[in-house]
Amino acid sequence: MKRRTLLAAFLAAGATGSLGLRSVQAKTGQMRIGITPVFLDNQTGFIDRWRGYLESRLDRPIVFKQRSTYRQIMDMLLGDELDFAWICGYPYLRYQHALELVAVPLYHGEPLYQSYLIVHADDRRTGSIADLKGRVFAYSDPDSNSGFLVPQYQISALGEDRETFFRKSFFTWAHEKVVTAVATGLADGGAVDGYVWDTLAVRNPELAGRTRIVSKSRKFGFPPIVASRTAQRGDTLALKQTLFGMANDPEGVLLLRELNLDGFSEQDIALFNGIGDLIDALSMG
Amino acid sequence: MLDNLSLRHKIPLRIALLILLVAVAVSGSILLRAHEVFEEDLKLSSANMGRILSRSLTSALLHDDVWRAYEVINTPSSLSGTQGALQAKIVLVLDRNRQIYVSTKPDQYPILSELDSADDELAALSRKLDDALSLEPQLITGPPFRNLYVITPIESDGVLLGTLIMGYSEEIFTQRFTTFAGRAALTTLLIFVLLVPVAAYWGRHFAEPLVDLASCMSRVGSETAESLECDLLEIRGNDELAQLNRQFRLMLAELRDKADLERQMVAAERLAAIGRFTAGIAHEINNPLGGMLNATNTLRRHGKLDPLTAKTVNLLERGLMQIRDTVSALLVEAKTESHPLTHQDVDDTRTLVTPVAAGLSVQIDWHNELTGEIELASTLVRQVLLNLLLNAIQATGEKGQIACSVRCVNDTLCIEVRNSGEQMSDETIAHLFEPFVTGHDSGRGLGLWVTYQIVTGLNGTIEVSSGRADTLFSVHLPLPLQEAA
Repeated sequence: MKRRTLLAAFLAAGATGSLGLRSVQAKTGQMRIGITPVFLDNQTGFIDRWRGYLESRLDRPIVFKQRSTYRQIMDMLLGDELDFAWICGYPYLRYQHALELVAVPLYHGEPLYQSYLIVHADDRRTGSIADLKGRVFAYSDPDSNSGFLVPQYQISALGEDRETFFRKSFFTWAHEKVVTAVATGLADGGAVDGYVWDTLAVRNPELAGRTRIVSKSRKFGFPPIVASRTAQRGDTLALKQTLFGMANDPEGVLLLRELNLDGFSEQDIALFNGIGDLIDALSMG
Repeated sequence: MLDNLSLRHKIPLRIALLILLVAVAVSGSILLRAHEVFEEDLKLSSANMGRILSRSLTSALLHDDVWRAYEVINTPSSLSGTQGALQAKIVLVLDRNRQIYVSTKPDQYPILSELDSADDELAALSRKLDDALSLEPQLITGPPFRNLYVITPIESDGVLLGTLIMGYSEEIFTQRFTTFAGRAALTTLLIFVLLVPVAAYWGRHFAEPLVDLASCMSRVGSETAESLECDLLEIRGNDELAQLNRQFRLMLAELRDKADLERQMVAAERLAAIGRFTAGIAHEINNPLGGMLNATNTLRRHGKLDPLTAKTVNLLERGLMQIRDTVSALLVEAKTESHPLTHQDVDDTRTLVTPVAAGLSVQIDWHNELTGEIELASTLVRQVLLNLLLNAIQATGEKGQIACSVRCVNDTLCIEVRNSGEQMSDETIAHLFEPFVTGHDSGRGLGLWVTYQIVTGLNGTIEVSSGRADTLFSVHLPLPLQEAA
């Protein structure tokens, strides 16, 4: 608890410090935004429309950068190759000293989401993660809270060895693919972002229908949009305002509907305390 | 049963059979080749696919990335939209321990399960894996395997990481081949259907003359040569069929000639026999007749006859004279001394018959082409010509037409007398030259007999041909050469 508060204070200081230093950058400079598979990132058409929307509102060129793993986006973010990124709460907390919280999406009216434990729809027996001992399990990404941290914590909570609990486990590097892996029977169970599963249930009910939710975790802070050290203060504020304003703008509402989100909100780092608890618990174990 | 079938059907049937056999043989060989090509193609494509996939799988296995491996082995099936694309039924990746690392059908072949426990076919395949592993894709087909399997090792820097197994359903092959075979069968059928009319035409064209020949030949023997009328068309060319046709027609003609000759010989012999018979009788009659005539003559010259006796003697004498006339008519003397024949002799004959012809309004078309003296007895030739003309006038009846021609051709005197009378039957012609045969009431029926005797006596021939339009008597008399020389 004490550590996080300190980090937050340091981050705030860093952010204010960077404001004066980098405000000289041209307003018309390119804004680089990284996106991870925290949402359904295979909709190229949608991403292009969203980019166009942001460009017109921010009056500057925007580049969306997609990478197949959280790790790659995090490396780019920390390596000053990105100005902003939509990442998971877990890496945000890990690298909070170098990142600034910009906005947190609102899902079902609140900036929260859950991790779902799913199995194949035909598996009627599994009642909890304990029943999946010695089976094959699909994680989404080692840097994902819902797709890795949560099930890891659940295994620890059972007093089991996280390394040997599953007979075999693998990463699909995207939540949607966890659903596919479980639906095809490649994995006996999987951990998936609840928001992604819910959205898939609407967009691709056939695929989602072949899986069954065994349990839902408690709620955690929704994957946030963060700014790197390279982001200018003015850009951050402008992006914040644009994102917050989407819910009040017909065009923005349409885009939000496609994202299956209600809007974006201003949040404090304390929102991610739940994830911090998991990190603490696991690093202690 | 087929043996009794007419060539008319047999030949087209055989040609059709031949066409069918050829078509089937050609299609069969094409199918055989197609089968090989399809098989080669399947093996090549699947081996190539094995190589490509195994390379892509190397890094996934090195990094133990199950999901990546799963995506790699599913790549081919995600392209399944293309029709007829070679589609693996099942793709399996085995790890170093021969356990299933990942498969395209995880529900059937789950991760970390043993290959042996999957199903019988894969268990058999597992035993095959124990054989020496090469780095090249290995093809496994044939019983007990229902599918074609391609086994490709996945290696990195010479270290075996795992094994890729791809199973292709034989159905792909069967389906492709069946489609092709169906098309080939259709083509064969089409060729057959198109060629059968040609076969029928050729067959008939070839069989027809043979059939005609056979049907005509079957009548030889059962019918007389003269009545055998066959409409045998002449065949062009000089092939065996044309030769056969020609020879057969030649044979028919010879048969007809032979029959003619036989008939003539029989007639001539009969006439000769009758001639000898009548001559014998005539001599037997002439001797007592001469005596009797002498006796009546003596009676009248030396005896004083009372009226009754004188009347009786006269009656006897007239009867005996009539017998003598008849007998002498029967005895034709061919060696009568006479002057040579001249143009005038022939014209004299015309003068003799003209009144008779005029009485019946018969027209005579006269062609006398003789010149100079002909070394033939004029009396006899005139007798012959006269008889023929009178006979013609009688045959042609009122307002008839007669054509007479007398000329010399190559040391032969030709006399032709044509009349427009009714056609004579074969039966009538057969006995025409016999004595006392007559086609009408008047006359003794000795005219043609005498004519015949004279002609044969002069070593000549006489022929009759009677048609619908007219009847022709032609006489050929050879000129005595030795006297001319």
